Amino acid sequence: MKIALMGQPNSGKSTIFNHVAGYKAVTSNFPGKTVKYEISKFKFLDQVIELVDLPGTYSLTSFDLAELEARKYLLNNKIDVVVNVLDASLLSRSLELTLQLLELKLPMVVCLNMIDEAERKGIRIDIEKLSKILGVPVVPAVAVKGKGVKELFSVTNQIGKEKKSGKVLKFSKDVEDIIIQLSAQIEKKEPDQKFNIPIRFLALKYLENDNFFIEDLEVSGKKIFEKVKHYQNLLKESHGRHSDVVISSERHHLSMSIYESVVLLGKPHKSPIDYLDNVLMHPFLGYISMGLIFYLFFNLVFSVGKMVEEPLLDYFYRLIPLVEKSINPGTLSFSIISGIIQGLAGGIAIVLPYLFPFLLGLAILEDLGYLPRIAFLLDAFLHKIGLHGKAIIPFILGYGCTVPAIMATRILESERDRFIASVLATMIPCAARMTIIFALVAFYISPQAALAVYILNIIVIIISGKVLSSLLPEVTPGMILEIPAYHIPSIKVALAKTWLRMKEFIFVAWPLLVIGSTVLSLLKYYEADLIINQFFSPITMLLGLPIVVGTTLVFGILRKELSMLMLIQAIGTNNVISVMSATQIMTFTIFIIFYIPCVATIAVLWKEIGSRRTLFTIAFTFVVAIVLGTITRFVY
Amino acid sequence: MVMTLDKVKENQKVKVISISGGWGVRQRLGCLGIQPGDMITIKRSAIMQGPILIKIHGNQVALGRGVAGRVLVEAM
Repeated sequence: MKIALMGQPNSGKSTIFNHVAGYKAVTSNFPGKTVKYEISKFKFLDQVIELVDLPGTYSLTSFDLAELEARKYLLNNKIDVVVNVLDASLLSRSLELTLQLLELKLPMVVCLNMIDEAERKGIRIDIEKLSKILGVPVVPAVAVKGKGVKELFSVTNQIGKEKKSGKVLKFSKDVEDIIIQLSAQIEKKEPDQKFNIPIRFLALKYLENDNFFIEDLEVSGKKIFEKVKHYQNLLKESHGRHSDVVISSERHHLSMSIYESVVLLGKPHKSPIDYLDNVLMHPFLGYISMGLIFYLFFNLVFSVGKMVEEPLLDYFYRLIPLVEKSINPGTLSFSIISGIIQGLAGGIAIVLPYLFPFLLGLAILEDLGYLPRIAFLLDAFLHKIGLHGKAIIPFILGYGCTVPAIMATRILESERDRFIASVLATMIPCAARMTIIFALVAFYISPQAALAVYILNIIVIIISGKVLSSLLPEVTPGMILEIPAYHIPSIKVALAKTWLRMKEFIFVAWPLLVIGSTVLSLLKYYEADLIINQFFSPITMLLGLPIVVGTTLVFGILRKELSMLMLIQAIGTNNVISVMSATQIMTFTIFIIFYIPCVATIAVLWKEIGSRRTLFTIAFTFVVAIVLGTITRFVY
Repeated sequence: MVMTLDKVKENQKVKVISISGGWGVRQRLGCLGIQPGDMITIKRSAIMQGPILIKIHGNQVALGRGVAGRVLVEAM
């Protein structure tokens, strides 16, 4: 049985999905975090259920790529039951999507999620009455706590077997008359349409002037296109508004009247968390607290990381003399084994201590709902580089990992904005590069120097943004962003999310690290590294770096943190400062931050913005890195 | 008094009269419950021509200045 979770952004679809599938889909408290669908199979009672978590969509008229993906999936796949997830605390607005889903006449169940939040807001919902009006079962739930999820799937299972769809609710008579007339025309002229959807739904989409459906008609010059225009004009004349506004106001009023008939409004219970915005979104205090939050975050990650890194590194480097005793140094097997130990030591002792606190902190900020607030505060600044506030979300995710950051650019409406945001996101130091900044610059130079690297990075991104947007002078469409209520983060969910993101590092980066270390040992043993270093000598000489650094730059393209870990192996000591000067460490770090995105990033860029623009990004970041590296060498 | 939404002062309550602009903006705002006849409270106005924060049907929405300028409202 195939079940699709469909609902407006931030209604808790992924939370329900994770509850049955294990923590597989990243959840956060901001609208639009799910940009591609996720599928999981599980057994429920006697049934094998295939559950699809679709990106959130406000309506069945799509605007951004993520919404389009949800609608495409819904229309092109055979789905047995649609589970429409609603944020119960936003019932009236959420019902508008529900009405559209009912028009599709698919078997459906409504899940009233966050029912506790609704009650806190003083919204008490008559569930039986709502179910009667819509003609589908309504199941209340609190997905974060797992409440109601089991009931939801047992009801869904039942509906899937009965194949029972809900009621199609009718609009006011004059509008309904036009819908019927147009439907009759469609039936006559388009008996076998492209999508397997009810005629009434199609008629509504035509009247709403939805490009996705109308485009075909216009191109093929079909007679029905003229009919559609005729009925659109009829509606416009009789209501004095565009036909799409007429249809959406009909749904809007229908939703509101359902809302009024099933809701009993009580007194809302204010909690201290509701007052947080008085500070965090304040025109003055908001910016101060944002700076403070990031400064504390930075210090916390550094102090936790440093505390753990030192003893762990000592421990690992005590292993090498032990190996020396048992295997003859100078042999091939010694090179390989010590290479592997150095690789693992780097992965465990240098990367993990910084990665874990960083990702956990990011997860907590995301779940609290702080990210959309940053979008609000920084909208005006982002306009200065030709983007709008929502672009900050991919940027912040970029501090974690560049791949999801580029995926997240799908929440931006225009192609130009997505391109600029993608290029800039590749320059944001991801967690891998953060470990380089912390373990090299902060560790050997000073934490202030590391902070300076971050500030320099932001300045470079601003300048690059200005350059790119002046090359593409189109106007950004402007921000329309929901600011969700704060949620107290669940530590269990935050840890699960941190683990999901760390898994990528442990299962992808560590094997690569061990292979990389072995390859480097082999290269060194056969003295092939000399050739590679020679090849890269124009770059290393320009940047004033030791010639052995050359090989590490290649590994850095595989994964950014490899370049640092390989550096330790290449120079043959974990005490970097004994071989490289502070200037060289700084130059190396600055160069590594900007030069050429890692392979995984290149792959996702290729998919999202195309080959030409990806090649541009590679060239652009490389030039930026060379220029900044050279400046650092002479200035720092 | 009729004005565009970006000109409304903080904490004022207004009623939406119409939304100018193309199909995209109309639909997008409509989805968030901003349609002719709806009541909006302006909660915050960011500095430097930044966005405004409104409360609509119990929900908070941030609108860029440009977008807010397309919503015609009447002070209550």
